[in-house]
Amino acid sequence: MAMTDAHSTGIGSWLTTVDHKRIAIMYFVVGFAFLLIAGVEGQLIRLQLAAPERSFLDPDLYNQLFTMHGTTMVFFAGMPLVVAFFNFVVPLQIGARDVAFPRLNAFSFWVFLFGGLFLYASVPLRVMPDGGWFAYMPLTNAEYSPGPGIDFYVLSLLISGVGSIAGGLNFLVTILNMRAPGMTFMRMPLFTWMALIVSALILLAFPPFTVGLIFMLFDRRFGTHFFDAAAGADPVLWQHLFWVFGHPEVYILILPAFGIVSDVIPTFSRKILFGYPVVVFSGVLIAFLGFGVWVHHMFSVGLGPVVNAVFGGATMLIAIPTGIKIFNWIATMWGGRLRFRTAMLFAVGLVATFTIGGLSGVMHSSPPADLQQTDTYFVVAHFHYVLIGGTVFGLFCGFYYWFPKATGRMLHEGLGKAHFWLSFIALNVTFFPMHFSGLLGMPRRTYTYAEGLGLDVFNLISTAGAFIFTLSFVPLVWNLWRAWRRGEAAGHNPWDASTLEWTMASPPPHYNFAEIPAVDRRDPLWHPYIEPESRREGDEPGGVVPRQQPEEPPEPVVMPNPSYWPLVLAVGMLLMTIGGLGSLGLTLFGLLVTAVGLFAWAFEPPFGGGVH
Amino acid sequence: MEGPTSTGIPNRKLAMWSFIGSECMLFGTLIATYMIYRGRNLVPPYPHDLLNIPFITVTTFVLLMSSLMMVLALAAVQRNDLRATKLWLGMTALFGLIFLGGQYYEFNHFVHEGLPLSRNLFSSTFFVLTGTHGAHVAGGVIWLSTLLVRAVQGKLDARHAETVEIAGLYWHFVDVVWIILFTLIYLLV
Amino acid sequence: MSRHSAESHPSTRLYIAVAVILAALTALEVMVFYIEALAPVLIPILLVMMAAKFALVAMFFMHLKSDGPVLTAIFAWGVFIATAIVVGLMAIFGKFGA
Repeated sequence: MAMTDAHSTGIGSWLTTVDHKRIAIMYFVVGFAFLLIAGVEGQLIRLQLAAPERSFLDPDLYNQLFTMHGTTMVFFAGMPLVVAFFNFVVPLQIGARDVAFPRLNAFSFWVFLFGGLFLYASVPLRVMPDGGWFAYMPLTNAEYSPGPGIDFYVLSLLISGVGSIAGGLNFLVTILNMRAPGMTFMRMPLFTWMALIVSALILLAFPPFTVGLIFMLFDRRFGTHFFDAAAGADPVLWQHLFWVFGHPEVYILILPAFGIVSDVIPTFSRKILFGYPVVVFSGVLIAFLGFGVWVHHMFSVGLGPVVNAVFGGATMLIAIPTGIKIFNWIATMWGGRLRFRTAMLFAVGLVATFTIGGLSGVMHSSPPADLQQTDTYFVVAHFHYVLIGGTVFGLFCGFYYWFPKATGRMLHEGLGKAHFWLSFIALNVTFFPMHFSGLLGMPRRTYTYAEGLGLDVFNLISTAGAFIFTLSFVPLVWNLWRAWRRGEAAGHNPWDASTLEWTMASPPPHYNFAEIPAVDRRDPLWHPYIEPESRREGDEPGGVVPRQQPEEPPEPVVMPNPSYWPLVLAVGMLLMTIGGLGSLGLTLFGLLVTAVGLFAWAFEPPFGGGVH
Repeated sequence: MEGPTSTGIPNRKLAMWSFIGSECMLFGTLIATYMIYRGRNLVPPYPHDLLNIPFITVTTFVLLMSSLMMVLALAAVQRNDLRATKLWLGMTALFGLIFLGGQYYEFNHFVHEGLPLSRNLFSSTFFVLTGTHGAHVAGGVIWLSTLLVRAVQGKLDARHAETVEIAGLYWHFVDVVWIILFTLIYLLV
Repeated sequence: MSRHSAESHPSTRLYIAVAVILAALTALEVMVFYIEALAPVLIPILLVMMAAKFALVAMFFMHLKSDGPVLTAIFAWGVFIATAIVVGLMAIFGKFGA
């Protein structure tokens, strides 16, 4: 297949690229676009709720908007942005030249992109799904949700789920197998650790959701009875399948943010992470317990006191490893030489706001309290504190931290700080009042509320906060523009950080490491480097990692070949997905394209073209 | 093709095992659904009206023996015995096809007995669970046939033992799933 | 190549022995199914034989016995979580007792 030059930047080189850094950029750009779109949807929801009994949006459109907002944020903004960081950072942190399966990596991106585009094809067709991001049965069956809206939801998540599982597989193998010599598990940077845990979570959490979606599709299309109470089934099964996936999904979104913060706080405190093994194992424990708490999303279903008590207890338990991490970060900063650069501000902001969201989470881990809070704005406040205050702040933290590495340009600190403070204020102004409107009984997913219930002022404040959120993107975009036009050169290691990705030029050459480094400890760049020739027996304190990679590789580097086939395979799957709306012929044609892509992929040499 | 790995396990083999771990959850969810809905069917026909234990025992035996053929194929390719490799790969695929033929016959028979997919709760859970397994078998047969074609072309020798081993891992996993389904669906009816 | 494989992977004779045991267990399963006297303990007997067949295939045909702990850990992790979810869901839906 087309041997595109690795240095070419034409459109063809992007369509065929298997370079993890370029795939990371594509993930980031598309994920960021979806973040903005879903943000606009949230802003529209807040406009409708600014005052009681407004008719800015009609109830149908309102249902569609909150469904699209939630679905997009979780699957097409949050996850791809997380995966963008996996792609860019993980190979650099472990001393690898690419991921284990570069073509599979490209395939993951293309199916994610097509899944997102397919979902948004419902917008111009005016058939957006309106069953919430959780799409509870029986509301979403063929009888109560006729029309193709829910099908867009089901099919887009099926296709993008394939990409997620492929990505999880890829990063699991990459981290287990592609580490530089000496990079033992307990020497891996925390972000890589969390990427490993999250990859395992993706592999185990997505299949139940896939099965649930297939049941839903079959119930809607082929008249099966998986969620049909009249046939003896129990529609609550959908809720179980959804949350068996959905709760680990929460950790899929938050653990990478924890990993980013665990790398950033030590860098800007000039101290190694306090209690590294504890942070690692609390991450493992969160992932493990994460499979045993799903019923806390269903306390009000009425599964009985025993079930609710067991899952309530497990949920309280999971707060312990999470709380431990908070203390680790605080203890890392304690007595450190703190530098409040933008990345550090977002990290500290995460510690503060995630704690607020975590505390309200512990509140509704108790079933009796949850019965009061469930389906009210209190829960909306809770999960926006953890998802924005946790995931989004963590991602912005990583963005400001690794942007110089990815582009070779510095971002402006003043604009960055303006971005941080605006979004920090916006988060609290928008969502803190929702604790009160929620406890006053304001229900979620309802397009309006009556006057005189004491909700007016809280909602007005929330809407004002949403405007500040929109405003907060101005300094961010300005900053990007400025960096592109006249950003200062970043150099190898602008933050004086401790991990391998800072030993190479910014942006890194396409082969990453001219020479694969050997590692002999954690935080290798924070230990004095001694040249191999002058190293002697007694040189215990000296590390083995040079501060800068050589300009040119001393030996020829064999890099993976670019390939069209991942894109062909993804197009085939897109055709099958579109066919799923009701055209068997198109589905079969898509299957054929997929099969052709698969075989061509299998027989194409993955390496050997582009010797550098 | 690729350098030594950190764990010493080839990338593709590690990936196949990780994929199998993920597949455990896929079949686990399908099995959980089948088990939860067992005995809740409201509309005839019921499982004990239709399930034919002697017949399915034969196809189960065929699938089980295909796993033996698969390991023999692997042993053959590892000692670079191409004749035996072709023979055992072909036999594995053939036994897989026989199993699929049995499943086709069974499905067809059930539909004729008044159990189309949309009939009741039993039809929904049974067809989707065993059908998903059957799709996996079909994928495996295609994979093995591809290897067989390569072997006949003389392009498969001891250097490709890892490729055969990975296909084998997939095949054995599909067999293992059937071991569970045979007990849970047919014997615990 | 072949020397290494012969060392780490079991021999043809072992494969055939495992297959014979698997076939015998399957025959036994079906026999047990038809013996009415065993009806009260049918479920535990069948589950034990099912687990034995599962373990035989995984250990010998899939070489987990000789391939080391990493792969076993990955597989065991998937099997464990999946089993826990199956048992947990069945318990929630009242499939054990009452």
